[in-house]
Amino acid sequence: MALVTTTKGDMDESLLEKREGTVDNDNEATTWVEYWDGEELVHRSAHVTLKKMPVFGGGETASIG
Amino acid sequence: MANTQSMCTSFMSELMLGQHQLGTSTIVSRTSLTAPTTDTLKAALYLVSATYNASTTAYSATGEVSGTGYTAGGVTVTNATAPTSTNASATAGVAFFTPSGSLTYTTVTLATAFDTVLIYNSTQSNKAISVHTFGSQTITAGTFTLTMPSNTTTTALIRLATT
Repeated sequence: MALVTTTKGDMDESLLEKREGTVDNDNEATTWVEYWDGEELVHRSAHVTLKKMPVFGGGETASIG
Repeated sequence: MANTQSMCTSFMSELMLGQHQLGTSTIVSRTSLTAPTTDTLKAALYLVSATYNASTTAYSATGEVSGTGYTAGGVTVTNATAPTSTNASATAGVAFFTPSGSLTYTTVTLATAFDTVLIYNSTQSNKAISVHTFGSQTITAGTFTLTMPSNTTTTALIRLATT
């Protein structure tokens, strides 16, 4: 029996509806999982993996003369 | 051989390490002048409705998420890997830094949508370092984990570059 932390305390996963999703783009790879008790969302977790951040800068030195 | 005008790549990583002081400044003591301790970095989450960007200078509670299990100011960033730098050519190089661990907000309820994390220096008066965005999220009695990108010249979380 797997327990899920919910807004109603720990609940047996088998009693809940599980919904999952992913987002994958240039910026991030995200997975999320939701557990629903009927029409009520009782748990939602998300895991975001940042992929590639923009470069800060692009600096140059000044020319002399 | 010829000389080439450029900013030294090592200078950029040394800036991250606080090894240059080009003007007078007030800082919180790092205990030793010759072997200063590493500052503590923190990561705070911000609502979609907030306005954090390049003009942000310090951590603020304005627009920060709130909810069960979340402490204002966010979580401490695991910071075991020092910044480093790599030259790509005679004129270009990258200094880069990535926290060495994921940011984890455990068993929280954050009902209002958020999409931003601010990395800031809690040792040095909460001075802002960088703002990073991701797809809008809410969390309900769950865990939000932000895993860092690979610590390379092209993907590191914080990169300073000359071109």
